[in-house]
Amino acid sequence: MNGFFKPALIKRKFFTPGVLILMIIALNGLIFLAGRFFFGIGAVTNLNNQYPWGLWIGVDVAAGVALAAGGFTSAAIGHVMHKEHLRSILRPALLTAMLGYTFVAIGVFVDIGRWYYIWHPLVFWNGNSALFEVGICVMIYMTVLYIEFLPIVTERFIGRVNFKGALSFLNKPVDKFLRLLDNGLGKTMFIFVIAGVVLSTLHQSSLGTLMIIAGQKMHPLWQTPILPLLFLLSAIAVGFPMVIFESLIASKSLKLKPEMNVLSSLANTIAPLLGIYLAFKIGDMVIRGTYVYLLEPTTQSVMFMIEVVLGIIIPLRMFLSKTVLKSPGLLFTASGLVIFGVLLNRINNFIVAYNPPYKFGSYFPSIGEISVTVGFVALLVIFYRIIVFNFPVISLPDKQFTPKNKYTVRG
Amino acid sequence: MEKQNRRDFLKTAAVATAALSGLPSKKLKASPKNILSEDRMGVLVDTTVCVGCRNCEWACKEAHGLPAGNLKDYEDRSVFKTMRRPDTGALTVVNQYKNDNNPSLPIDVKVQCMHCDHPACVSACIVGAFSKQENGSVIWDTDKCIGCRYCMAACPFQVPSFEFDKAINPLISKCDFCFERTKEGKLPACVNICPVEAITYGNRNDLVKVARERIRKYPDKYINHIYGENEIGGTSWLYLAGTDFSKLQFPKLNNSPAPGVSESIQHGIFAYFVPPISLYALLGGIMWITKRRQNTDSE
Repeated sequence: MNGFFKPALIKRKFFTPGVLILMIIALNGLIFLAGRFFFGIGAVTNLNNQYPWGLWIGVDVAAGVALAAGGFTSAAIGHVMHKEHLRSILRPALLTAMLGYTFVAIGVFVDIGRWYYIWHPLVFWNGNSALFEVGICVMIYMTVLYIEFLPIVTERFIGRVNFKGALSFLNKPVDKFLRLLDNGLGKTMFIFVIAGVVLSTLHQSSLGTLMIIAGQKMHPLWQTPILPLLFLLSAIAVGFPMVIFESLIASKSLKLKPEMNVLSSLANTIAPLLGIYLAFKIGDMVIRGTYVYLLEPTTQSVMFMIEVVLGIIIPLRMFLSKTVLKSPGLLFTASGLVIFGVLLNRINNFIVAYNPPYKFGSYFPSIGEISVTVGFVALLVIFYRIIVFNFPVISLPDKQFTPKNKYTVRG
Repeated sequence: MEKQNRRDFLKTAAVATAALSGLPSKKLKASPKNILSEDRMGVLVDTTVCVGCRNCEWACKEAHGLPAGNLKDYEDRSVFKTMRRPDTGALTVVNQYKNDNNPSLPIDVKVQCMHCDHPACVSACIVGAFSKQENGSVIWDTDKCIGCRYCMAACPFQVPSFEFDKAINPLISKCDFCFERTKEGKLPACVNICPVEAITYGNRNDLVKVARERIRKYPDKYINHIYGENEIGGTSWLYLAGTDFSKLQFPKLNNSPAPGVSESIQHGIFAYFVPPISLYALLGGIMWITKRRQNTDSE
């Protein structure tokens, strides 16, 4: 089964013009970020007492968590349901999730006023707080993701530990330790895999509970008691599109042939997932009668329409088409639309829908906020590149086998 | 995962389940102090009496160690031209609104934390830095706060404010109902200084009766609505007015407590950890079955 694809190191030139551009974008973000640490949040952001949360919470944290959902959805289908033919996407999805959550944690770190107290939720508990639940779950899940990644590290170094000079006496013990670790992880990994899926469903939904307490401050198009369910469903729906999107970009950038049979098979599951999400979203709107707000020409109604039509309905229709499933370009577009829809949904929930009772203006992210957010994305891509160049993450065709038939028929 | 056989799986699964069910569920229920005492205190603000002298603003700053300036400067009435909100430099402010019934007598409204009976901030705070005290005050523990500003997103009255321009130790600020002063038997600073007795400090339940009595006695002067009696589940601060509260920029809120829905969802998802553990078991089951099917397939 797909035996001719094997995770391997990418051997190419690391620095390309694209990478240099990414580095400049990242550096620009880091400069603004330094401003935040020296002069306070107000110096870099447009946040104020009317709008306490902005782009960093809406995109870096909320959308970041949602777009890292590929990790748990692919773990569920690959490891829990044992869909072996999807094996090759598991490692890239895991890496994306791991990096995604790392940047979510960094996003939280820079957004909170007292970053040096980020560990406080571990000590001071408030079981009533949705944010506490999200915080703890994300912390544990991030640890789980790192544990899930460990076997890739051991695989990379077992038999290849080669310290030079004075440290060479360490070679044997380190190798032995890695083998021991690998063996132990192999036996217990399923605990972490299942825990990862459970933790994800918990905090993906709790992220939706966050804004419920804002009550009437949030526009009725989004404020609903089923927000946690909508957040969970949208996270599940965006998981595979994210994996496909990222896989196609990686193939393009690393000059590999896209694994279309795996990607089409993944894409096949997206339409029903999007459909369930859409059904709940529309059903909720009909039951609460909030469609009346769609007739008002407000920013909110326009954003809601864009989110639903461009972000759910159009890609849903696309994923139902056989032509789309087979074409890398169309698959890329459709996946991109789903990602855009979920990203916009999180922005809408945390920023557009937020309507404080007393305001002196409206909120739009500052250059500094946008620079930091975009810089983090660039950094994430750079880290992704560094890791796939140094660890066996992306599956490459194994030269020993030549692909004769693309599918293995299963019983 | 390939290296693992079925017996290992079951063995480790049992251990994992045991470990998970032993999670400190008791500790997780830990939540900040949130007392709703029958004897809690409150303040009745009569907006028909307030003359907008702003002495309360000065007294509040004095009592909280904020730069207050001269009391005389507070006679400046030009500040009323724009709406102001409490912030880190002033925990209470007075705003002025025009009076439709009597244009020569504008309506002055003192604004500060309402000290909810079911505070959204207490429920929301990630580290439980907020607490509702027995005397009705909602206070904030600066040592716990991480500055996440969820309290600000949660507060239905948009009260907590944050020092956005401070890089180190930015504070969340809001009226603390003069917690330190009342502990010593003193009146809250604003109540103490008010020259026209527009604000009355007392047992909240008594104040509701006082307010009702005033409405009954002077039905022409007041509208029949005590703002804060039922709003968002009730607040310690209560307001009387001669005109509709929406004209005085009071948010129109329903009567259910702000944290009600989110807390019931939160506790539903985590009811004694049953849902997460069930999900874990279910996924474990699926994993085991699909693994077995695969093994039979390949045999």
